[in-house]
Amino acid sequence: MTLLSTPADRSASGSRLERLGAAHVALAVALVIFPAIGSDFFLTQIGGYSLIFGMLALSLMMLAGYGGMVSLAQMTVAGIAGYMVAIFGQNSSGVLGFGWPWWIAVPFAVLVAALASALIGAISVRTEGIYTIMITLAIATATFYFTQQNYTIFNGFPGFAGLKAPVFWSVDWRSPVAFYYLCLGMAALVYAAVLYGSRSTFGLTLQAIRDNPRRMRAIGFDVTAHKIFAWFLAGVIAGLAGVLLVWFNGRISPGTIGVSAAINVLIIAVIGGIRHPIGPFLGAVVVVMMQTFAIDIVGAERFNTLIGLVFLVIVFVSPDGLLGLWGKIKPHIAQESLRSGP
Amino acid sequence: MNIHKRTLLLLAMATALSSPHLALADDASIKIGVLATFEGPFTVLGEDGMRGAMTAVDEVGGMVGGKKIEIVKGSSDASPDSAVRAARKLVEQDGVKVLVGPLSGDEGVAVKDYAKTQPNVTFINGTSAAQDTTLRNPAPNFFRFSTDGAQWMAGLGTYAYQVKGYKRVAVVAEDYSFPYTQVFGFMAEFCKAGGKVPSKSWVPIGNKDFSSVIAAIPDDVDAIYVALGGADAVNFLTQFQQAGGSAPLIGGSITVDQTVLTSKGKTRDVLIGTPSAGPVADTNDTPAWKAFVAAYKKQPDAFPSPSLFAHGYYVDMKATLLALGEVKDDVSDGGVKLRDALSKLSFDTPTGKVSLDKNRNAIADIYLTEVTAGSDGNLYNKLVKVIPQVNQTLGIPEKDFLALGAVGRDNPSCP
Repeated sequence: MTLLSTPADRSASGSRLERLGAAHVALAVALVIFPAIGSDFFLTQIGGYSLIFGMLALSLMMLAGYGGMVSLAQMTVAGIAGYMVAIFGQNSSGVLGFGWPWWIAVPFAVLVAALASALIGAISVRTEGIYTIMITLAIATATFYFTQQNYTIFNGFPGFAGLKAPVFWSVDWRSPVAFYYLCLGMAALVYAAVLYGSRSTFGLTLQAIRDNPRRMRAIGFDVTAHKIFAWFLAGVIAGLAGVLLVWFNGRISPGTIGVSAAINVLIIAVIGGIRHPIGPFLGAVVVVMMQTFAIDIVGAERFNTLIGLVFLVIVFVSPDGLLGLWGKIKPHIAQESLRSGP
Repeated sequence: MNIHKRTLLLLAMATALSSPHLALADDASIKIGVLATFEGPFTVLGEDGMRGAMTAVDEVGGMVGGKKIEIVKGSSDASPDSAVRAARKLVEQDGVKVLVGPLSGDEGVAVKDYAKTQPNVTFINGTSAAQDTTLRNPAPNFFRFSTDGAQWMAGLGTYAYQVKGYKRVAVVAEDYSFPYTQVFGFMAEFCKAGGKVPSKSWVPIGNKDFSSVIAAIPDDVDAIYVALGGADAVNFLTQFQQAGGSAPLIGGSITVDQTVLTSKGKTRDVLIGTPSAGPVADTNDTPAWKAFVAAYKKQPDAFPSPSLFAHGYYVDMKATLLALGEVKDDVSDGGVKLRDALSKLSFDTPTGKVSLDKNRNAIADIYLTEVTAGSDGNLYNKLVKVIPQVNQTLGIPEKDFLALGAVGRDNPSCP
């Protein structure tokens, strides 16, 4: 909570508030007071889970939207962070578990994930478009099978259990409200960072590289280094999401980082739209709601069909996802309000 | 302002549809959650488990203890994560106080761990048959009336060695806790009888290409013990047949189950004559079993004979309903009375008497079978022998049994 309210407190002056945007303030307020109305289930299973998947999709949105690199390996990067927390922190599976305190294990896990992400970037950076997708998909699949069949380090199919959020600052971060705020704080942090970063010199250079790499290289920019650094930053975001994900599930297994989970991240980003960092979070809310409640609407045998249909409809109506849909509706609303004048 | 109204209407509809907990809570009904695999490689198995559970519900006319039964379904894809997520939704969102499920081995271990965090909810297993769900660190509110995978193998090792005359057997099994448990149950007897297992191949769940596995099986074995489930079993058997495999097979319980026997293709040629063991036998001719088959067949899309998943979910749902009836659906005390009734429960299932041990794991009859073609062209598991009242430690004193160690890829071993 502190993470969010401090910037709001500081922005007492009108110009600051304006720059922050009314929509942002309204959204922040709504998200902060959500625990007052949401049940525990909605806080963690919908709220927390959406925020975590939103962060994952955000790391993809950053690579795809600003860098033009569509990656299917973001779930793998998150999984690496998750496995690091399980292996170097405490788990109840009786395999490894070095018992490092969380404040060492977590930064270490995120760092390893970011470095792994940079490595994936270095491998795939010379490819473009569909070939990047294929290479990252291959890496994701290979990692999935590697964790599933390696019992000495990754404990194979069952994976690790008993991974819980720590207790610090005398707050139990595994309780629903605290965990929700933890996810919200982290999501707000990376969201603001990406928004800020996109307007920074590095962000603008990256977007220029996306639009015309050859020209950027001719001017003298090191295109490869910029791209790999973008992968590193995306890895930090995915790594943070991965740590939150294992705290959320209380466990990690190859199923967590399987191919369908990796594709889910792409679906979320596409549903939400990759033009603006808010898109992935919108997409995550829709997908998580669908996955949780579709079974109640159409029954156990056909619910995946309904999920697929909704995805199809969204992408069919608006190729830019929900963000694009909003872009289409907004002028209509403005027109309507003009017409319905006195 | 048309668009506003329409948007609002849509939003309202979406909210109404997506928040079933807002629907009026009905005091005249009792909610039971059923968790099964409706996604992934075990979908067919999960659907048949559901048929079994519904058979038990229909048997009591959808009423228990004077209240209407309301079934809330949850779906997993056989991974432990998805099982816990689905269980959480059923418990924390739909508010079920009684949950029947899950289906697969590691799911059971994960849900048992979750059960410890929900002491007021009663968990009754589906067909998950990993040993450690109840043997080590059991949860006080997790019950299993459907026995475990090692119990299912009772009698098979001795039968394969003494009657079939197989001295050396290779193992091909999926790489997770349930096949470990099955291999443990088979080898415990087979090795004791004097048999040898020179090679074990552990394949990942959901494997499609078995050619390298088939090539790696030693030539000098008398038979191959196969413990694969659902789509994996069908893929293996088809490829084994195409590769010209001629070694006789020994089946794990779910490898020669109706979920596999009813598959189309040439798998049937390699399967006929395969001995196996499990909680059910298709050609069991006791009146109780026949009555169960008749009741089961009323379910939509039912198999010619109920699979062990239908049977397991039926037995666990039946136990749930019997106990709920006994306490008149009263779970307002956090399920204390219900769990008390469940622990003391002992009843006759279509496959004989079931009772629980101190870890809340079932003691029940196990059926030794062989695959045969029926007169109608379908494949059936022919009943060879009944092994009465097998307990979780397979008749070995508990201390000695625990000393054998946890099941795993390398335990047991008799090369």
